[in-house]
Amino acid sequence: MNWLTRTISKVFPRKKKSLDIAENAWIKCSQCQTMLYSSDLEKTLFVCPNCDEHLQIHPRIRFKNLFDGGVFEEIKYPSGFTDPLNFKALKTYKERFNDARQKTDMDDCFLIGYGQINNINVTIAAQNFHFMGGSVGASAAEAMIKAAEHSVTNHTPLIVFTCSGGARMDENQHSLQSLPKTTIACQMVKDAKLPYIVINTNPTSGGVSASFGSLGSITLAEPNALICFAGPRVISNTVGETLPDGFQRSEYLLEHGFIDQVVHRKELKDKLSQIISLLLKRVA
Amino acid sequence: MNTYLEFEKPIEELDNKVHELKSLNDNAPSDNLLEEITQVEDKINETYKKIYSSISPWQRTLIARHPQRPKTREYIQNLIEDFFPLSGDRFFSEDKAILGGFGKFRGKTVLVIGHEKGHDTTSRIEHNFGMPRPEGYRKAQRLMKLAEEFDIPVISFVDTPGAYPGVGAEQRGQSEAIAKTTECCLSLGVPIVAIIIGEGGSGGAVAIGTGNTVLMLENSIYSVISPEGCSSILWKDNTKTVEAASALKLTAEDMLKIDVIDKIVKEPIGGAHRNPHRIIESVGDEIEKYLNLLSNQHGNDLKHARQERYLQIGRSGLFSDKTSAANTVLDEKFGKSGSKKRFFKGLLSRSILGVIAGLLFVGLLVYLFI
Ligand SMILES: [Zn+2]
Repeated sequence: MNWLTRTISKVFPRKKKSLDIAENAWIKCSQCQTMLYSSDLEKTLFVCPNCDEHLQIHPRIRFKNLFDGGVFEEIKYPSGFTDPLNFKALKTYKERFNDARQKTDMDDCFLIGYGQINNINVTIAAQNFHFMGGSVGASAAEAMIKAAEHSVTNHTPLIVFTCSGGARMDENQHSLQSLPKTTIACQMVKDAKLPYIVINTNPTSGGVSASFGSLGSITLAEPNALICFAGPRVISNTVGETLPDGFQRSEYLLEHGFIDQVVHRKELKDKLSQIISLLLKRVA
Repeated sequence: MNTYLEFEKPIEELDNKVHELKSLNDNAPSDNLLEEITQVEDKINETYKKIYSSISPWQRTLIARHPQRPKTREYIQNLIEDFFPLSGDRFFSEDKAILGGFGKFRGKTVLVIGHEKGHDTTSRIEHNFGMPRPEGYRKAQRLMKLAEEFDIPVISFVDTPGAYPGVGAEQRGQSEAIAKTTECCLSLGVPIVAIIIGEGGSGGAVAIGTGNTVLMLENSIYSVISPEGCSSILWKDNTKTVEAASALKLTAEDMLKIDVIDKIVKEPIGGAHRNPHRIIESVGDEIEKYLNLLSNQHGNDLKHARQERYLQIGRSGLFSDKTSAANTVLDEKFGKSGSKKRFFKGLLSRSILGVIAGLLFVGLLVYLFI
């Protein structure tokens, strides 16, 4: 009867499963190792109540808390599965990709939402690290293009939450060429004189930080996020340099001039609407 | 002194033989010796053809990194007259991992930028093995903007293992430097012809390799990660470089198939390092051809064409999926209500059609036999 259950699930697709990572699960804080109950974490926006570490958050939960009344329209992007290399390492790309879709209930690592924050219309794109490490391939690059087009068409600021290990090796060139491609997305928004606001979250590295992640007109970061081109392990392994305290963390980047502000997750919504209002000269 | 890669070893013997025969002939010239030299040289060519007929992506990687492969410096020396090198990013320092300057290329002023790996221990250290720090990228941006100001086309030679992974480089914003350099390439109002002459290593390569035209030498590689890196991350094993190089599909031929590059520049038998002058001339001819094609275009058109070029990469297949293409149509017809959309999407799916066809077939059987 397997085929029948499968068929039924297609006619009556996954219901409310969307927040599945939040349901009935214990999550260990990556910083203080405290075991936390996921439904409790949802109340604190996945910020550890014990040590204030900003844990990774599913974009749907983020959107629910960011958009006024939790209401937003999900914008779809081209996300047909393509496997130009027919890639296989220990697992095939297809297996890894399908696992990720199952696990996250997302088409690829981006979720795009359209709605209001404090009564301002905005387009927001957010990455999910649990979708293959937030890695960017052809489809994720199209998500950035789609989000930019949506922002330009609707005259909305584009807000992007980065969360990625960087490149999707399984796609090699389609991943590498997403650097120019996502850069074009940023240019589209800037050319339309709309604010392009980036929030770097933990982690933002490699190809993502070397493209749209570093091109914000305004760049914010969540506390203690790892933000880098080459990760700390790569640096100590390849060139053997000792790493300074706090190296490559949000606060360190703020100090070195690459971040405008480090903002706590619970304050993000108001900070975003504040800077957008100022840039767009909106009367409050 | 020639360096021979493992699979070039049969050539080494033959090369030594030729060398020996030539010195004999120098001392006492004879027709016999000359004939023998020709025979061995023919043998060398044959052996090369044999080696190259079944060359693996990993072997190509090794050729792309061959110490004697012509580097940016040699291309500049041989193709550019009146070269005027320019240094520094005006913020922090000079970075010799990226060379740059104005000069004359076949009669016309051009800007040349390019990664430089160096050719011996001293120069390799001086050029940091072709791995730029943020200053190198910021210098490239400065020079490209200068070229645009004076309406001068850009030639960019790509040859890097990647951007330098170091504490200082990170502190000074390696990511930002790469991102802004790519952005600079994409917004430039003058022609950019980029040529991957050796290793096109990830973001550090793309930053100055984003052009109107991208050429690639036959035995060069272009990849988001080195086979070594890929092997250790995805295989969790440092020794799977041969497998990783194959899986990554990083050769010029692979790049041409997916339109990442516009043309492959053929290398002489045995690779670019066997005959540097020949490959440098071929590269010069191709650059000239493509620069001429781009020379009469307006700045804005060049910019748009370049953006369009990159927007199209990777699109085939992405839009054919039922979750996207079908949905846009359905969205228009039925509005954006999620449940309806999903229902119709489900209805469209092949398995449903299969079930309906199956029911009709069963119905037909029942009708026929009762
Ligand atoms: Zn904690």
